[in-house]
Amino acid sequence: MYLNMEILDNNLIVKLKGELDHHTSEEVRKKIDKQYNGSSVSNIIMDLNELTFMDSSGIGLIMGRYRNTVDKRGKLIIACENMTIKRILDMSGLLKIIELYPKLDEATNNI
Amino acid sequence: MENNHMKLEFLSKSNNESFSRVVVAAFASQLDPTLEELSDIKTAVSEAVTNAIIHGYEYGEGVIVIESTISGNTIEITVSDSGKGIDNLEEAMEPFFTSKPNLERSGMGFTVMETFMDSLVVESLDGKGTMVKMTKHIKNISDKER
Repeated sequence: MYLNMEILDNNLIVKLKGELDHHTSEEVRKKIDKQYNGSSVSNIIMDLNELTFMDSSGIGLIMGRYRNTVDKRGKLIIACENMTIKRILDMSGLLKIIELYPKLDEATNNI
Repeated sequence: MENNHMKLEFLSKSNNESFSRVVVAAFASQLDPTLEELSDIKTAVSEAVTNAIIHGYEYGEGVIVIESTISGNTIEITVSDSGKGIDNLEEAMEPFFTSKPNLERSGMGFTVMETFMDSLVVESLDGKGTMVKMTKHIKNISDKER
């Protein structure tokens, strides 16, 4: 699992690459929270386009980060056009509360 | 497809989650599944194995056994642990129910297995362990648009 984070304006952009499961999600969670809590940004944009696998641990990770953005009066949005990842996002009901855009630049323009 | 069978045993370490789902997917690939069917199987196995690690063996490492049988175009997968078992199975299988909200578990594990597979049976005995049995029918190549 590779994680790349970047701060742009009021947004923390998180790019995930590889497999997001119970084993990898714990470390990802710690790194994102450290960066998010240690900076003044209020929004998180998660780019899932380079994920090759995600199970319900990923849903838990996204739900937790979403709650953190609500606490900071920010927003969390997702960039993803991978069909298999989108299926599990859709199934979880997360997309009723979180906006999804196919590509990162579209997500960044719409936050 | 000729019938086939395999058995895999491994320790309940989280870095075996990836290993175990890839092994089952490789076994399933002899049915020539689509990428979507393969991804469904991998995800369902990952959920069952994660449950065994986090819940079944919450109080210490143990052995997880996966057995898989191919009969015709159907793959049956059982994931068993000899861990602590599930007290209230009905409650555990409800969407979003989690006994571990502090670990940010979504409570979606069984729902994912039910959605991505064709059948799901869970048997659990308090203090003895849990067995998850799932099946999935893989469509014939001729039925698929490729």
